[in-house]
Amino acid sequence: MDERRFGAEVTEIPDEVRVRLSGDLNARADETLAGAYERVVALGPRRMSLDFGQVGYINSTGIALVVRLLAEARRDGRAVRAIGLTEHYREIFRITRLSDFMEIVEGDAA
Amino acid sequence: MTALTRPIRRLLGRAAPPVEAAPASSTEPIAEPATADPAISSIGLDIAESDPLLAYLQSAPGPVDLARLELESPAVTALREAGVALIVPLVSQGELIGTLNLGPRLSEQDYSTDDRRLLTTLAAQAAPAIRVAQLVREQANEAAERERMEQEMRVATLIQQQFLPRELPNLPQWQIAAYYGPARAVGGDFYDFIEMPGGRIGIAVGDVTDKGVPAALVMARTHSILRAEASRSESPGAILARANELLVPEMPARMFVTCLFAILDPETGRIVLANAGHNLPYIRTDDGVVELRATGMPLGLMADIVYEETEGVIAPGSNVLLYSDGLVEAHDPAQKMFGFPRLRQAMTIDDAGSELLDRLLEDLHGFTGPDWEQEDDITLVTLRRASGVSQQAAEAPSLTTGFSIPGEDGNERLAMDRVSAAVADLGLAPARLERLKTAVSEATMNAIEYGSQGRADVPVDVEVEATPDAVIVRITDRALSGAVPDDAETPDIDLKLAGAQKARGWGLFLIKNMVDSMDVTTDGSTQTVTLTMARKEPSDG
Repeated sequence: MDERRFGAEVTEIPDEVRVRLSGDLNARADETLAGAYERVVALGPRRMSLDFGQVGYINSTGIALVVRLLAEARRDGRAVRAIGLTEHYREIFRITRLSDFMEIVEGDAA
Repeated sequence: MTALTRPIRRLLGRAAPPVEAAPASSTEPIAEPATADPAISSIGLDIAESDPLLAYLQSAPGPVDLARLELESPAVTALREAGVALIVPLVSQGELIGTLNLGPRLSEQDYSTDDRRLLTTLAAQAAPAIRVAQLVREQANEAAERERMEQEMRVATLIQQQFLPRELPNLPQWQIAAYYGPARAVGGDFYDFIEMPGGRIGIAVGDVTDKGVPAALVMARTHSILRAEASRSESPGAILARANELLVPEMPARMFVTCLFAILDPETGRIVLANAGHNLPYIRTDDGVVELRATGMPLGLMADIVYEETEGVIAPGSNVLLYSDGLVEAHDPAQKMFGFPRLRQAMTIDDAGSELLDRLLEDLHGFTGPDWEQEDDITLVTLRRASGVSQQAAEAPSLTTGFSIPGEDGNERLAMDRVSAAVADLGLAPARLERLKTAVSEATMNAIEYGSQGRADVPVDVEVEATPDAVIVRITDRALSGAVPDDAETPDIDLKLAGAQKARGWGLFLIKNMVDSMDVTTDGSTQTVTLTMARKEPSDG
């Protein structure tokens, strides 16, 4: 499978902002993800949902980007949850303990 | 001018005509201005909490004339001696936060009604401002103290990590997995693997009463003692007895250590253990789940304890679980305890070692729910002895294949997909395949970054071998930047979120958690990372 271009679409839904991620979450996702969070900040929700339903690959640099995003959200007092993670990436979020700091929702919607 | 602070209230002022108020959150005397009028002098004195002057001022409607004040008060006497004639209480939101202390008027006349009205107005306006200044300073001091404590805790966490094994023993025919989850930044649980003569392995699992820093300090000491005693004896009972003798005189009050010490002979599966009040290990055999029983008092409670030894044989295909209280004593939102029956039930499922551990943690998190605040440290160590290989060898296909990729950023995805395709027919369970793919991807990323320096003309070689027992992937790079550093700090999400550790640095951590073993060899011009993952057992489904 070839690398798939990363995308991040920010949509406002009641009580939260959802960031729908797609493609490969690796070093190349850096600017797109940072830009998405800027839009989230402008909307100012108390909760941000990261939808990984269309993400097929996350590497360690992608994990680092999620850590950075989480740190910024926590600094801003914003709850973060992850939806649509595959079982494998839920395991990775657990062993890296990302799941201690964000709600992990099984399935692709909540 | 007066400053009042808790718990000692200190009065600080100037015994002369009208003086300015100053923030009152410090007990240090306020410095005299350089141009101070020689007629103005400052005084500083402490007022005891019990001095009736404080209660009097608290409810006084305005300035208080000291000459007319009839009060048995050491503070009043001291103020009079310092030349104070009039005290104006500074009250903010019902709390006395200071006073303005005035000496006699220079005209030697009494303070007039207008003077008093002016002073009352001044006090009403100054008191809230002084209170705000006090609060700001208190908060700044508290923030600095919090930061100092957090920094100390970060250091303590790093120190404690040094006491946990950096690597698990790599034993042929054995799968060993361990989990350590402190309830706070540092904890009192520990586990250790100690190499012993004859290829045997000492295994310690312990739990110090209490949590946090006190428990971590006792844990560190116990860990050191056990290591030292294990080098002097080959008897688990003798090792615990000696550790107990050393710990008893230095154990803080109301603290003790439960500990299980086992010695495993990987060749025969024979395990000998002694127990200092710790949870009994579970062994899953063909006949069901059994406990290995041995009795003994926890370490550090009393001297001259004899520790009973017990022994057993871990047959091929059997699992062993050593664990601390934190798992069985975890509660769900309805305050129901996880408990031993649930743990025992989880043990009945035949599974590979690392998957048993994963399943236990999944069971735990499913039980406690997402909002669980971990109550106690949790330590789990699982050992699994592989089933007989001859039967597997007849059933499991084997292969060796290899390919090269350009050493260019992003090509780890290519290596991952090609390895995935190469092992597609081996029947790896989907979860194991995903872990292998992640490990291959991360190891190839390192090879590209360090071995090829991102150059497309410097290739990375990948070899996939399937033996009857395992899938082995060897990733060889040209070592342009030397070896991949393996001394990097263990990634810690708490530190990363606090900005005390950079967000990156997950690669090696992920690899080590994804496969059963990772070995690195180098011959100067190349470096090879070998990833090994056991193939599924027939019972894995």
